[in-house]
Amino acid sequence: MSRGLGNIMKKEIKELLTPSTLIPIIIFAIIFGSLGGVFGGATQELSEPPKIAIINDGTGTISQFVEMDMTARSEVLYNGTDLDQAIQVVSDQDGVAVFIITSEFDQNITENKSGVIQVYWILEGSGLLEGMSTDPAAVMLSQVSYDLSKAIIDSHYTDNSTVILAPINATQNTIYKGTEMPGVTPGMILGLMSGQSFIVPLIVVMVVIYAGSMVVTSMGSEKENKTLETLLTLPVRRTYIVFGKLAGAAIVGLVLAAIYMVGLGYYMSSLTSGASFDLSQYGISLDLLDYVLIGITLFLALLSALALCMILGIFTKNYKAAQTMTLPITMLALIPMFVLMFTDFSTLPLVAQVLVFAIPFSQPIIAINSLMFGEFGIVLIGIFYQLAFALGAMFVAVYLFKKDILLTGRVKSVEGQGKRSSRWFSLNRGWKRKKA
Amino acid sequence: MAAIEVNNLTKKYGPLEALKGITFTVDEGEVFGLIGPNGAGKTTALRVLSTLLEVTSGKVTIYGYDLVKQPDKIREIISYLPEDAGSYKNMKGIEYLRFIAAFFQDERRDQMLERGVRIANLGERLEDRIDTYSKGMQRRLLVARALMIQPKLAILDELTSGLDVINAQTIRRTVKESAKQGTTVLLSSHNMLEVELMCDRIGLINDGRIVAMGSPKDLKAEYHAANIEDVFVEVVK
Repeated sequence: MSRGLGNIMKKEIKELLTPSTLIPIIIFAIIFGSLGGVFGGATQELSEPPKIAIINDGTGTISQFVEMDMTARSEVLYNGTDLDQAIQVVSDQDGVAVFIITSEFDQNITENKSGVIQVYWILEGSGLLEGMSTDPAAVMLSQVSYDLSKAIIDSHYTDNSTVILAPINATQNTIYKGTEMPGVTPGMILGLMSGQSFIVPLIVVMVVIYAGSMVVTSMGSEKENKTLETLLTLPVRRTYIVFGKLAGAAIVGLVLAAIYMVGLGYYMSSLTSGASFDLSQYGISLDLLDYVLIGITLFLALLSALALCMILGIFTKNYKAAQTMTLPITMLALIPMFVLMFTDFSTLPLVAQVLVFAIPFSQPIIAINSLMFGEFGIVLIGIFYQLAFALGAMFVAVYLFKKDILLTGRVKSVEGQGKRSSRWFSLNRGWKRKKA
Repeated sequence: MAAIEVNNLTKKYGPLEALKGITFTVDEGEVFGLIGPNGAGKTTALRVLSTLLEVTSGKVTIYGYDLVKQPDKIREIISYLPEDAGSYKNMKGIEYLRFIAAFFQDERRDQMLERGVRIANLGERLEDRIDTYSKGMQRRLLVARALMIQPKLAILDELTSGLDVINAQTIRRTVKESAKQGTTVLLSSHNMLEVELMCDRIGLINDGRIVAMGSPKDLKAEYHAANIEDVFVEVVK
């Protein structure tokens, strides 16, 4: 009994644990392991003192106390009087904020008002990690506020309980990718941006997975049902067979994309409908041309995925094998989605930028963020790259369609057939020798 | 003009040599059969001649067209029926015939379809989905698909493999009728009786080589055999 169980188990494992199942998972594990390293580094940065600039326009001891407390709790990159210079230094050295202790700060406190500190948050991207980067500075400010409350009580500057509990009135401004947004916090920007930038990666992933698997499984079932051989002997060019299959899947993929876009668009607009400000008032918005360009990148991402899947489909043996063949494409689609969800493309290290850019499914995600800031250069380069990638992949697919490998698969399997026939011959000869 | 001229054809799959220099000709309107055991190279030969596989070396012409240089021209005049061919299961029988006819010139389509319906002889079942067909019905549909276009050359691999006697006989009769109307037929089979019944000439293939060739009558006389099966055993001794 147990021998039978083991036998079946062994057969199942051998059938399921193939290189085509294992390799994509191993690659995925390695990539996510490396990403873990990057994100781990980023979270470690969060536990370190925030990098800031201080401009102290105050004239009294209270503002001096605040400046000293801030200095003790942060890594001060700049301490001077010039705001533009402070912003430049903080931006250049990966800092997060400029704090201006206003000239009326001491007077405010002594007159039973909260002292005003102007905060300029420097936000270089709209990923989750960039959003988190300002948190340590915000925590530092509340600690300084707590210390100031204690100092006010100890020194009897005022008895006003409101001032004692909230001695600092921080006016928030954000400089997002060089655009100054008065009265806006990083959280407000991230809330709006995430609504707009998550929809595209989701659509890309869904469409790539659905349309891609359609092409691979279509090839798998053509092979399994032996309809491919008939198709290949009909008076139709191989190029047309490839393009016909790609065009069919592309149309279905676009229909799927449109359905997703409507559904997710409604979902996202419901989430952001309560937003208190509009990014377009700062020139951060998408116009018709931008939407056309995003549409082109989406279409080319779809075409690249389909052409890649067609190549994979050529190597697939049957319907079952086809289903595991879609794994590499799924993972290629998930990588840019996850990476660009956590961090902005512009803030990635150069090597990571090259790797992410090389995946043709990244372009729609990069495009939506870039076009909001009028950065056409990277989008156009991306479109040309996608076009070259898709054409290259289609050329390879057409080339392979003219080769034996389309029907014979790997030579190894054909060798197996050869061995069978050789064995038949040797048995046959042996039988004939015996007969003789 | 010969319908098929094969001269010293070899076919390699990596290190394995499936065809080791076969040479034969098939005349126009002739029914020529390739017979041999599993793995002898029959299907490989048919696949090469159908433009499915590349030629390793040697020369093949079909109705004067060079197989390597003019595969598109060849595809216009041949029809290939693989051994275990399938059809698109989600289509109805009639839709499948229409789908195939759509690859050919407009003016011939109606005529093709009419001929396909007649050869398939499935009556009202042509309006049903193919996945509801029995194996015999599916094979009849596929034979109809292959012959309705009135190809100059029909290449048929294991024509009646897995079919019952009635279905097998119907299909054989259909192919014979097509041949009478001018279609050259190249077929392969394990079934020596079938080949004897259908073929004007046969080639015996073993281990990638043609080991004997001739009409069934001549071969039986030459090897003093009662049937082709005995000829085959004699030849490969």
